[in-house]
This record gives sequence, structure tokens and C-alpha cells, in this order.
Amino acid sequence: MLSFVARRVLGLVPVILVVSIVVFLLLRLSPGDPAIVIAGDNADAATIERIRSSLGLDQPLVTQFFIWAGSLLQGDLGISIFSNIPVADLILQRLEPTASLAVTTLVFAILIAVPLGTIAGATAGSWLDRGLMLVSVLGFSVPVFVLGYCLIYVFSLQLRILPVQGFASISDGIGPFLSSIALPTVTLGLAYLVLIARITRASVLEMMGEDFIRTARAKGVKERLVVTRHALRNAAIPILTVIGIGVALLISGVVVIETVFNIPGVGRLVVDAILKRDYPVIQGVILMFSGV
Amino acid sequence: MLMKTPPVIEVQDLAIPLPGGGDRGFAVDHVSFSVAAGEIVCVVGESGSGKSVTAQSIMGLLPKVFPKPAGRILFEGRDITRAAPAEMRDLRGRGIGMIFQEPMTALNPVQAVGKQIDEVLRTHLRLSGKDRFNRVIAAMKEVNLPDPERMYHAFPHQLSGGQRQRVLIAAALILGPKLLIADEPTTALDVTTQAQILKQIRDLQRERDMGVLFITHDIGVVREIADRVVVMKAGKIVEQGLTDRVLDQPTSDYTRMLIAAVPTLEPKRKDHVVTGEVAIKVDGLAKTYHSGGLFRDRRTVHALQGASLCVRRGETLGIIGESGSGKSTLARCITQLIEPSSGKVTLSGGRDGRAFRQRLQMVFQDPYRSLNPRRTVGQSIIEGPMNFGQSRAQALERARELMQLVGLEPHAVDRFPHQFSGGQRQRISIARALAMEPDILVADEAVSALDVSVQAQVLRLIDDIQKRLDLAILFITHDLRVAAQICDRLIVMHRGEVVEEGTVASVFAAPAHPYTRELLASIPGRAEETVSA
Repeated sequence: MLSFVARRVLGLVPVILVVSIVVFLLLRLSPGDPAIVIAGDNADAATIERIRSSLGLDQPLVTQFFIWAGSLLQGDLGISIFSNIPVADLILQRLEPTASLAVTTLVFAILIAVPLGTIAGATAGSWLDRGLMLVSVLGFSVPVFVLGYCLIYVFSLQLRILPVQGFASISDGIGPFLSSIALPTVTLGLAYLVLIARITRASVLEMMGEDFIRTARAKGVKERLVVTRHALRNAAIPILTVIGIGVALLISGVVVIETVFNIPGVGRLVVDAILKRDYPVIQGVILMFSGV
Repeated sequence: MLMKTPPVIEVQDLAIPLPGGGDRGFAVDHVSFSVAAGEIVCVVGESGSGKSVTAQSIMGLLPKVFPKPAGRILFEGRDITRAAPAEMRDLRGRGIGMIFQEPMTALNPVQAVGKQIDEVLRTHLRLSGKDRFNRVIAAMKEVNLPDPERMYHAFPHQLSGGQRQRVLIAAALILGPKLLIADEPTTALDVTTQAQILKQIRDLQRERDMGVLFITHDIGVVREIADRVVVMKAGKIVEQGLTDRVLDQPTSDYTRMLIAAVPTLEPKRKDHVVTGEVAIKVDGLAKTYHSGGLFRDRRTVHALQGASLCVRRGETLGIIGESGSGKSTLARCITQLIEPSSGKVTLSGGRDGRAFRQRLQMVFQDPYRSLNPRRTVGQSIIEGPMNFGQSRAQALERARELMQLVGLEPHAVDRFPHQFSGGQRQRISIARALAMEPDILVADEAVSALDVSVQAQVLRLIDDIQKRLDLAILFITHDLRVAAQICDRLIVMHRGEVVEEGTVASVFAAPAHPYTRELLASIPGRAEETVSA
């Protein structure tokens, strides 16, 4: 097990290397210049040039890359061009809301999706199964931001039981934390939930036709245990794979959700950084996500 | 047979309708038979005869597509067709144990085998963990599983096929059921393993005075194990009675046909003289697999070690061996489907590359999976010739001729594989191979998946085609009876090596290698036959 973990960690090294090169080049090759943004609308060419050289942006690309990669190896992600705060600190400040949202979304989706999918798979063809699958198609096709605003309209504006937006840290108490994070979680989690439910249903259904299910029944095992002990356990691999891929999907969803619900997380940080061409921040955030 | 007590299981007028669209009204058509304590009753029949459906309905495990069966099934005199689901569940495992055909897939791959035996105890009894463990170990000992304490924690993939079947037997018998239903339990096993498992079932049955309902398609197995036989065909019982009576004086034509279709061990080609030129010569062919990589331990498997052979035109060379013996690896190396690690394959005329493919064609084992289900059989047949530059019309014309040659309707080229039976599909596979006009045909277990009656027909077809087209044939099989029918010479493979070589008659009459002797001794039903030298 330990050697497995070590192998995976070592395998991460080339991935990070390639990602860092790609991220670096992509940003430099895309139009826009942080110096122009900093200098403002009325700056002359000399000012812009001065700012550019103070940021090191007048150096050749290769030199810029090695300076950045060199400090990266020492654990230094650089300093934000605009706020002059180290990128690592910026990300750390914003990490809690994003991580909380990711965790609650995962828990919400898995806790509901796996049992639902299992029941649907074990009773394939029943009305319950068909109903679940119909709902799942709807859940998958509604865009996240539409669903978000609908939920806000119903629960916050009409029923007035949940806040419209914002974020309360878990250190402010469980109650405020849950009520502030409920809507973002459901919004972000629904697509994810139906994805997991569908995969669970498909792989449980496939397992129900296997020979060892027949063996279990021939032993006199109760149907409920046949499903959970034998079918679900064997169906776990595709389910876990999809949950894993889903974590990556979550990250793109988080950016939208944080904007809709005005949550000060990493997603908002990167959106703002992109708008301002704040290279070190963008690079830092992308590297962190690719490491995940 | 004395029958004082009521039979363990009595099936009375059981009728199970086939779900709509079948070729007949009933999967099981008003069937009656019984199994008494201490006797082994074999239900024998070809695929689709309804024998497995009968067994499943006794267990109350009919797939949901079947309507509710009519008739009565009495377990120790009690009708269980109307039993509540909970009652049936209690009966399964406790009163009736069942083992299945595929020990490879009948065990849960992610649960330790000991736990899977234990599950029967957990389901039916209230015992402490320690008591259960001890009983499981005792049960594993009883079926001769080696080192049960260690094997308890092993997972199915770490066990051989025979060991897995023993695990299933241990699970089925741990509560001492009155009846064991064995659904083709040895079909997927090698002959030497089959012999051991049959003996195991026989011994346990005598020890416990248990009734056994044994389902098989193999007349040889019936001879080995059965007290009484029930012969089924298309859902109906055509004959039943004591084993010796049914097998030696069958009263129905179907039983006679079934018995006659079992190939004898008499070498058919004793007097066949091969004079053709050497079509293929194989020198020191070896294949070694390496696994592992940068961070893993390297492991080397010698799948094939220095095999040499040669086949003349008009000759059939049989390659005999059990699973893992390297016979399929040899075939695949010869046909260049996998790259051999060393050694040489020479065809007469010495061609290679694409021309090599054309000269050497293969027929595969499983006719259900070796044809592309989304293409008509005509498309499958003409694909090769068209790759070699024939026009579509030309190739299609030839495909029709070939269909006729293999005994099918020429216009059937427009149909899809699922519209044919297994035997017909294998004929199509042969036609597909012949479309390339090869000199050499490699048949990898080409008749193993077929019923005996169909098997006999396909063997005749191969024999006939060989004579007409003067083919050299490499015939790979695990079945010595089949080999006796069609081969001139044999090579016997064991653990990647050729251990014996010679004419069929000499190998059968005077086997030199101990493994060959074991193989010959394991053939079911062999005692009834004498092999002439």
C-alpha cells in the first residue's frame, strides 16, 4: 500500500511539470498585459514599459519561466501583481469556503445518489426505477446557474428560510454554516448526484446478472444483503471512478457557483485574477488544482 | 433401487412456459422425475433442452422473465411451489445446496472465499464467530482444500478452477443439505480436475447419503457418476431409467443419437497416409511475458518454451493440453497474432507479411463471440478477400459458394450472426477462414463450445473440407475424444512445453510421459471403452 502511494506521488512529478509549462505558456501567449491594466487608461508607453520591467515581464519567456519555476521548487508561488500579497497566502485565505463547499457537495451527492442508484439498479424496470431515471435526465440538463437562481427565488425570496448569498465559516457555528451553504451545495450537487446515481444503477444492474449473485441466492441470502453485500461491492469500482472524475468537474462548477452565491472562494479568486491578468495568481491556482 | 422413504425431491408434471417469441411453447414441458436419498440422478441433454431451467425452478430461482411454473415440486413430500419467499430462502442452503457450471464467476471476486462459505452459516444459523470459523475450516478440509486456515483469507482469483469449485461445494454442503443440485459443475474444468471433482462429489454423496441431481451434457460424465439418468430434449423427458439400462439399451432414438455422437477413443485416421509436401514448419517457438515496470518487481512467465513441429498438406496435427498449457499461445504465435519471443515459422514458399495472413487462417473457439454481431455473415466472409484486392461482387459470389460448401443456404449471406445456431455459426467461421484460400487452417478449440451432435457434424465438415482442399490443419483441443476423430498426429503440451509427440494411435496406446497417462486416465466414461493399439 505504501509503495502504491509512493508510486502515485512520484507519478505526479511529470504531470506537474508538464502542467506548469503549459499553464505558463498559455497565459503568456494569450492577449492582454498586466502592465497595461496596472498603469490605467491614461498611462504613456514609458510608464507601461517601466512597470513591465519591474515585474520582470521584459525578460525572454525562457528566463521568466525559469525564474518562476525556480522559486516554485522552493515552495514559492510568487506574489500577486496587484495586491502584492504572496499567492500562497491568497489561496489559503480563500481555501476554506471552496473546500467546505466541495466537501458538502460530495457528501450530499454520494449519500443520496448511491442508495437511489442501488435501489433503481436492483429493481430495474420498476416504476421507481423509471421515475428516478426520468428525474435524473432533468437534473443533468438544467444548467447550474439557472438552477441556482431558481432555488434562490424559492427558498430565499419566497419562503425566506435560507440566505440569498454569502458564506459563514464553520467556526461561526454549525447552524449558520449549514444554512449558508445549503443552496450552493444542492445547486452544485444535483448534476453530480444524478451522474453518480446513473452510474450506480448501471453497474449494480450489470452485477445483478452475474453468476455470484445466483450463488448468493442459492445460499439463501436475503435479497437486501445480496444487493448490498455482493452486487454493490462489486459495482464500486466504476462508481468510485466517476466520483473521482466528478471531483475534477466540481472544480469548474465551483467557479460558477461561487459567483452566483457570492462566496469568497478560490473560484472567485481565479476569476478576478483572470480578468486582471494576474499571472502568478492564475498559475498558482491552476497548479494547485492540477495537483489535486 | 430401494425407495422406502419419500424421495428427497419429486418433480410432478412440471411445466414452465417459455416467455413470448420462443421456438416452442414450453421451456420445460410437463416433466416428472424424482431423486431419492443416496442416489445420483443425472439429467442429460443438449443446450436448450430445459435441464438448467428445471434445476432453477426447484431452487425457486427462475429468472423473472419466466412465468410461474405449473405442476408440483415436492421436497421430502412437501410441496414447495407454493412456499413463501422466506420459506424458500430458508430451504436454499439448508435443505438444498447448489453448485454451478462456472467456478470462475460463481464466486464473488471481492470477498475472501472463507467468508463466502461462512455466509451460509451466518444466514441460516446463530453461531459465534469462532464456531463459524471452525466449521468453515472443517468444511474446507472435507473437500480437500489445502491449508484451509490460509486459504480462508484468499480471494477467488488466487485459486485454480478446481479449488474454486471445491469452495462452492464446501459452501453448498456445509449445512448438510438433503439434496445437492449440480448444474454442469465440471464442464468448465480440465479433464484431470474434472475427474477429481466427480470423485469428490461421489464420495461426499455416499458419506452423507445425500440425493444429487446432476445436470450435464456429457455422456461420459453420466457413466462415471449416475445411478439413474433422465434424458431431456426440447423441454421434454424422452427417456429415464437406471444408468446401465439407458446407456446400453436406449429405447429412444434421441438417446441413441446422443450416445452415438460421443466420439470414441478409437483413432479414426489410423490408416490415413499423409504424402503431401510440408506446408508449415515451426522451429523452437518460444513466448515469454514480462510484467511489472519502473516501480514494480519484474515477473517473467514462460508461456511457451521451444516448441517445434511441422505439418504436411492433407495432415491434421492435434495440439493437446489443458488450460494454461500454452497450446493457445502456440497457435497465436504461429498465426502471428502475437509476436513470439524467439523461434521461426516457415511456410512452404516462404512468404511473410500480409501474404502470410492469407496462407494461414484461424477458426476460433467461441462461435457466439468471434463473429461481429453488427455485420451480416456475408460481410464478415468477404472482408478478408476484399482486403486482398478482390472485387465485392467476386468476393460475394465466392462467399455464396463457401456457404454451400459448409452446408448452409447460399442466400443466408445477408443474415446476421444471431440468426444462426452455434453449430451454424461455427460453419460460417470456417467459411470465413476458407474465403482466404489458405493452405493451413488453425482451429483453436473449434468444436469445444458445441453440443455433441453438432460437434460430430462440424468435425465431419472439417474432415471433408480438408480432403477437398488438401489443407494442412493444426487442431487445438483439450478433448482427447475429439482429437481421436480428426487428428493424424498429436503433440501433448504441459506447462508451456511439448512433452510428447507421435501418431494418435501410438500416443493413446503407449503414452510415454506421465502427464499424458494422467490425461488419458481422466477421460470420463473411459472404463467402458478399450483403446486398440
